[in-house]
Amino acid sequence: MWKFILPAFLLPPLTERRPAFGDRELAELSRRLDKAAHRKLGRSLSIRHVDAGSCNGCELEIHALSNAFYDLERFGLRFVASPRHADVLLVTGPVTKNMREALERTYEVMPAPKWVVAVGDCAIDGGMFGASYAVIGAVSRVVPVDLHIRGCPPRPIQLLEGLLRLLEPNAKVRSAETPG
Amino acid sequence: MTLAALTADATPIAGHRPWPRFVVTESAWRAASEKLAAGEVTLFGLWGDMACVHLALLDEPARDIAILSLDCADGRFPSIGASHPPAVRLERAIQDLFGFEAAGAPDPRPWLDHGRWGARAPLGRPRDDLRPSTYAFLPVEGESLHQIPVGPVHAGIIEPGHFRFTASGDTVVRLEERLGYVHKGIEGLMTGADPDRGAKLAGRTSGDSTVAYAFAFARAAEAALDIEAPPRAQMLRGLMAELERLANHFGDIGAICNDAAFVLMHAHCAVLRERVLRAADACFGHRLMRDIIIPGGVARDIDSAGAAQLREHTHDWRRRFRALVKLYDQTTSLEDRTVATGVLKPALARQFGAGGFVGRASGRAFDVRTALPYPPYDRFVPETALLQQGDVDARVRIRILEADQSLNLIEQIADNLPQGPLSTPITPRAGEGAGVVEGFRGDILIWLRLGASGAIERCHLRDPSWFQWPLLEVAIEGNIVGDFPLCNKSFNCSYSGHDL
Repeated sequence: MWKFILPAFLLPPLTERRPAFGDRELAELSRRLDKAAHRKLGRSLSIRHVDAGSCNGCELEIHALSNAFYDLERFGLRFVASPRHADVLLVTGPVTKNMREALERTYEVMPAPKWVVAVGDCAIDGGMFGASYAVIGAVSRVVPVDLHIRGCPPRPIQLLEGLLRLLEPNAKVRSAETPG
Repeated sequence: MTLAALTADATPIAGHRPWPRFVVTESAWRAASEKLAAGEVTLFGLWGDMACVHLALLDEPARDIAILSLDCADGRFPSIGASHPPAVRLERAIQDLFGFEAAGAPDPRPWLDHGRWGARAPLGRPRDDLRPSTYAFLPVEGESLHQIPVGPVHAGIIEPGHFRFTASGDTVVRLEERLGYVHKGIEGLMTGADPDRGAKLAGRTSGDSTVAYAFAFARAAEAALDIEAPPRAQMLRGLMAELERLANHFGDIGAICNDAAFVLMHAHCAVLRERVLRAADACFGHRLMRDIIIPGGVARDIDSAGAAQLREHTHDWRRRFRALVKLYDQTTSLEDRTVATGVLKPALARQFGAGGFVGRASGRAFDVRTALPYPPYDRFVPETALLQQGDVDARVRIRILEADQSLNLIEQIADNLPQGPLSTPITPRAGEGAGVVEGFRGDILIWLRLGASGAIERCHLRDPSWFQWPLLEVAIEGNIVGDFPLCNKSFNCSYSGHDL
C-alpha cells in the first residue's frame, strides 16, 4: 500500500485548475440568488442529487466530479445523503411520471433557502423523451429551477463551472459588465 | 438441434436476419416453454407486438438463436413464466405495455406501470381505466422480522429503484425489488422514428452502455436492410466498445472496493477511468462516445495520430492497473468483505441465462463476442474469463481479467485499422432484423421491424439486467443489510436499461 501512498507526497497533484467562467446562460441564477442567503451559507454548499428519469449518463459525469482531477470538495461543495441536509438539489433526466412524486417530496423536505440545478439536455426540456406517454419532461414543470447546465451529458468541467457559479453569483454580473 | 426440432413445422418469416423468426402454433409455444423449463434452451427475450408476442431462444451449445412468434389476437398467450421463472418480469412488462394477459402467470401484479401514465397498455390498445398506484409487496411472516424500505431516491448518486428488505436482526431474510421508476417509454418513441433517430434513442437507453446499445441497434438495422458496415467502421466500433468496457470495469472495480470502505482503490480506479474517458474524448470527440455509431457505419473517424496515442495510453493504463490489481490481491481486510459475500449459485446463473460478469463469475461461460461472433470479434477473439465461486470477489476478478483483455483488443484493433469509407449509405426499405452485442454488463438484444417507408414499426431493446436483477434478490439472502451496497454494486444492474 505504501507504494501508492508515498508517490502521492512526491508527485504533483492531478487536480485541474479552477475553471474560468465561460459565457453560458448563468445569468438567470444571479437574478434568483439572494445575497443575504448567500452570506449565511458562505462558501459551502451541500448538494443532493436526484435522478428523475435519466439514462445514467449524467450520473457518470457527476460522479467524475469527485475524482482527483476535478475534486469538487476543495471548493466547499459536497454531496450529502439526505435532502434534509442539502442546500442544492441537482436533478437529472426528463422527469418521468413514475418519478414525479419522489422528486416533489425530495424538494419539499429540503430546508430553505434552497436551489435547484437541472443537469443535462433532458432536464431542460425533456430532450428526446419529451413526447412520450411516460414522461412529464422539463424539471421546471415539477420544481422551480434556478440553473440549467446543458449537455448530453455535460462534461465534468461544465458541471464544475455551473456549481461554482452558485458560490459566486456576482462573478457573472461583473464579467458581463466588463467591456469586451 | 433443439431449436430445429421446435420449429420443424413452422415456416420462417421472409427477410428476417440474421437468425430466423417463425410464426408458431400454441402447441409449439408450449413445447418451447417445456424446453426452457427443462434447461435445454435459454430464454433470450420475450416481448410484445401489435397482435402477437415474440419469444427469443438461445441454444448455447449450437450457438444459435430462433425467434418464435405467437398470434395474440384474443389478448392472451400461454405464460412461459408459469414453468420458467426468468420470464415472469418480462411477461408483467408485456401485460403493462400491450395489455396482453399471460394466461396462468404466477404473478399478475403490474411491473413497469405504476398507475401514473394516464393510460393503460400504451403500446397496445390504450385503455383509460388506470391501475391503482398502490403496490402489494409479497408478504413475509415470522417472528421478530422487520422491514426496511429503501428508495426510489437513494443516498448516493445512483439511479432510482425501490428495495424492500425484510430482515431478522441484521440478516436479510428477503429482498424484493420494485423497478420501473425511470420508464421513459423508449419503445413507444421508437415507433415511427427513422433508423438514425432510433440509433440516438437506443444510445440513450443506458448511459454507461451508450456505445453497446448503438452498436446493437446498428447491427439490427443493418440486418433488416441487408447491408453491412464497411471494414474500417466495424473496427472503430470494436475500438469504442472496448474503451467503454474498460472505462466501466475500471470505475466499477474501484466503486465496489469503496463500498467495502477501501477508498484508496476507488480513488486510483476513478483516475484510471477518467484517463480512458479523456482518451475517448480526444479520439472521438465525446467522453462516452455517444451518437458515433450510426446505422450503416460510424459518424466520425479517428486520425492515425489518435490511434498511435491510444496505443501509448494502453501501455500506461496496463502498468497502473496491474499495480492496483496487486493492491487488491494483497489487502486481506478487503478480501474479508468480498469473499463468500453475495453468492450466486451456478445453477441459477444458468437457469436465468445471466450474462456478463455476473454469469461468468458463476460458471456460465457465455460471451456474445465468442459465442455469436460479430465483427470485429470474428478476427480479434477475446479469451472468456470464467470462475465458479459466484461471490463479490469472483465478479471483481472476472472484471479484472476482462479489463486486461480489453486492453489487448484495443491494441490489436488500433494496430490493424484498415483504410476505407466510414459508412454504407442506407436506402429506406422494409425488413426485420436482430442485433446482439456484448456490452460491459452482458448481452444486449435489439430487435426491430422497418416498414416500407423505412421507418421503425416496432423496436424492442432487451438489457442484460432483466436476467440479473432477479438474481440479486437471491444473492443477498442471508447476508447482512450493511453488505447490500457491496452486493448491489458487484452486480451493477441497469435501472434505465431495464425500465426502458
